[in-house]
This record gives sequence, C-alpha cells and structure tokens, in this order.
Amino acid sequence: MTDTTASGTPGGELRLTFPITDLDALRELRAGQTLRLDGHVIGIRDATQIAMFDRGETPAMDLTGAVLIHTAPNVRKLGPGRYEKVCIGTTTSARMNRFTRGLMEQYGVRAIIGKGGLLADSLPVLEKFGGVYLAITGGAAALETTQIEEIEAVEFEELMPECLWRFRVRDFGPLVVAMDSHGVSLYEQISAGARAKLEELVARF
Amino acid sequence: MPATNQVPAHAYEAVEEAAMQLYIRALKVLPPDLKAALARARATETDESGRRFLDIMLENVEVAERDENLVCQDTGTVVFWLEIGEGCAFNLARVNAAVKRGTERATVEHPLRPNAVHPLTRKNTMTNTGRHLPAMHYEFVTGSAEDGPSLPGAAVPADGLKIHCLPKGSGSENMSFLKMLIPADGVAGVKRFILECIVEAGPKPCPPTIVGVGLGGTADLCAALAKRAVLRPLGTHNDDPVVAALESELFAAANELGIGPMGLGGRTTVLGVNIEHAHTHITQNPVAVNLQCWAARRASAVVTPAGDVTYGF
Repeated sequence: MTDTTASGTPGGELRLTFPITDLDALRELRAGQTLRLDGHVIGIRDATQIAMFDRGETPAMDLTGAVLIHTAPNVRKLGPGRYEKVCIGTTTSARMNRFTRGLMEQYGVRAIIGKGGLLADSLPVLEKFGGVYLAITGGAAALETTQIEEIEAVEFEELMPECLWRFRVRDFGPLVVAMDSHGVSLYEQISAGARAKLEELVARF
Repeated sequence: MPATNQVPAHAYEAVEEAAMQLYIRALKVLPPDLKAALARARATETDESGRRFLDIMLENVEVAERDENLVCQDTGTVVFWLEIGEGCAFNLARVNAAVKRGTERATVEHPLRPNAVHPLTRKNTMTNTGRHLPAMHYEFVTGSAEDGPSLPGAAVPADGLKIHCLPKGSGSENMSFLKMLIPADGVAGVKRFILECIVEAGPKPCPPTIVGVGLGGTADLCAALAKRAVLRPLGTHNDDPVVAALESELFAAANELGIGPMGLGGRTTVLGVNIEHAHTHITQNPVAVNLQCWAARRASAVVTPAGDVTYGF
C-alpha cells in the first residue's frame, strides 16, 4: 500500500492511519481482511447526514480521505464545545445507506465503519471511488470506548447526540473489510445462503 | 393487607430510586443466563469469523463490568414491565409517575445518551422520557392459569410489585415484525414467517439474537407478548408443551441459516427463541417478532410496601 502506513501484524491484521492522503489507497483492500486503525475517526449519524445532504449544511471539518463511523456517542459535557467520552459504540448502517455516494463524491470520504452493512446499491459507489465498508462488533461499545483516546472536535451540536465528532483513536478494531471496491459484499453472500436455507427448511415443515 | 394510603411516601421514593438504578444496572451488567449462552455459543461455533466476533462480545462484557461502563452506547427506548401482586398496596398511578422520574434521573444524572424524540419534529426531550415514554406494561399475578405464569426469578410479593427494565436498542427494535396470519396458513405459516423475519433482519439487529415471539391475541396484544418473550431468561420455556416444542424446533432451524455473529457467517444466529401466546379469534392468527440483540440487557427489582428493594435480572 502506498502512503497509508499499512503493515502486517503477527495476527494477520493490517494497520492503517486515517485520514489517508492517497484517495486510491484503499482499492488494495479485499473483503475478509482484518484491520486496526490509528489516527482520526469521524463520528456521524442519521441526523448529521440529513442536515448535510437534505438541508445542504456544510461542516467545517475536512472529510477528505477520512474514515467515518456510524455513531451517536454517550458523552459528558465539560464546557462549551468540549465533551468527554462515556460510552462510544456503533449503530446500524443500513439506515444511512443513501448518503454513501454524497460522502464519497462530494466530501472525499473513503471508508465507513459500521455494523450490519450498507445495501448492495452502495457497491458500485465503493467501486467508483475506491471505498470500503468496515464491520465492527456491534454492541461492543465498552471495548470500543477504551480505543478512543479523545473527543477532539464536534460540529452540529444542536443535533446532540447525532453531531459530527472527531475522535482520536489508537488500535481501533478489529474491523473486517465486509464490502470492498471490487464488488464484493460479505453480507450479500451470507444473505443469499440464508435465503436458500430458508426455502430448504420450509420445505421440511 | 395494608390499604393504599398506608404505603409511606418513602416507598414511592424507593420505586423511583429502583427505576433509576434498574436502568443503569441493565445497561452495565448482562444477566448470567445470557453470559452463559454466549460462552456456550463460543464453544460450539465452528466458523472463524463467528468465533472472532463472539470473542469480542465476551471481552466487551468483561470490559463493561471492569470499567463500570455501559455494554453498548445505545441506551435504548426504555420499556418497563411491572408485575403487580394480587393484593398490591401501592397506588399504581403514583408508581407509574415514580418510574418515569427514575428514568429521567438516570438519564440526566449518569448521564445516559438521550434518545427520545417527537416522531415528526424529531425534537429530543433529552430525558429518555416523553409522551407515553417510557413504555409501561402492567400485569397481575393471580395464580390463574389463564393469566399465565409470572416471569421467572424472584417471586412477586402479594402486597408489592416487581419492576422489570428492558432498555431496547434501536438496532434490534427496528427489526420488529407483525403479520396477521389466517387459519389456512397453519403452523407451517407461523414457522415460515418467524424464520423469514430472522433472514430479513440479517446482520442488522446485532446477532446472535434472542427471538421474542408473540403468538395469537390481537395485533396490539401480540406485539406486547413478543416483547414479554424477550424478558424471559434464556433456557426457560413456555409452560405449554406444544408451544415449548415450537420454541425448540425454531431454535434449531434458525441456527441452520448461517447468518452467524454480526451477520458475517456462522452457526450461532440466535441464542434462543422465546414464545408467549394468547388465545385468538377463529379467523386469525397474528404473529409478532421482536428481535433482541446479543447485548440483551434487562434487570428487575422486587419492591415491598415498606420500601424494601431487592435487585435481580
């Protein structure tokens, strides 16, 4: 990988630092690979993206080469615009599927962390922009919180808790490349298998 | 049996405190039956991805207890299920208000993530309470077969009550289904619908899930029964052997679907199938499915009219 500081670890996990500067760097990733991240992860959620794309409100934060995470964190307010983490975990991505293209095309985002997957119609978007969808363990927020060092910035505070958050992370993961830029979605594969099995089971009833 | 006006004010304060503590406890410490089920699933899972996700889930449960942190950031829509003793001395209107205050205090004082919004304006109340929230259910412990057995665990005192708190995360609550089946659909139609819901939900409700099923009644009752089913500990069965057999059959079938932990493959798709049933109309057979994520949070407390509180799961 070019300038993404990716390197193998004994556990077979790749390491990446975000934001990335070469926007094509993630094209090398393949579904099934496991990653850990350092650097910055940007928290975003339903209301944030409705504000950005349906109401045209542009955040000041630069999202070029960023990795986003679908989250509305549990926080404690310290002062104006300052928050400390209480519990930060990941929400269901499918609700926010329709914003994938805008994030990659208009804002230069290249990776989205979530759980449950984006829908199949996001695969051509990932293919066009060299993006990936990274699956985290949903519900494992206590562990995830220990990997977030600090909340560095927040925008759209009026949407609390669905603001735009900048988290500094260390050893963030493990994350599984569940959708890559080569047309592969592990979710689609599993879903196809489950539907076939369902028909087999029903035939037995 | 003491009259209602003999319950001292501090007993209602105890109810408020219990509601507050139950909400926070439920979010932080998972019930033993659930932890055991996750460990069993880890021991039997054959898929590499499935094992890895189950390992992280089990690690997360430990980290939450070690750090006294929330298991999951989603503090949920709060559901309270109250079992009322047959000779309950409490004024239930005051109990209802006390539980709501406890929910607000937990949210503000801990603090917990506020999730309750108006359905059209989306304005957040910032308290996890609001119009008709938390969701409150009441049932009466009478010993009559038609009222069904009380929920497992500590007994409900005849003159008191037991409060169950179920903070329901949106990832799983969004995966709720109701279908008004008809007699011609038969039992096979019931089985098919429940499995279809699990497949349709796929990775979204954070599998392995607990599948809460309501069977029979009316549309509203059926949906409530599905939620009650989620409150039943894993390893317990419906007291009707016909229904219990369906629970076991669907548990085995669901774990053949291959959805697996976090929906990325494996044999552990569900941790249990719990069914609660009611008699229904001759022309209908409603089925409701309420999925519960692997981080299946619940806590309960018994409260006496003297204000004594005993916590459990």
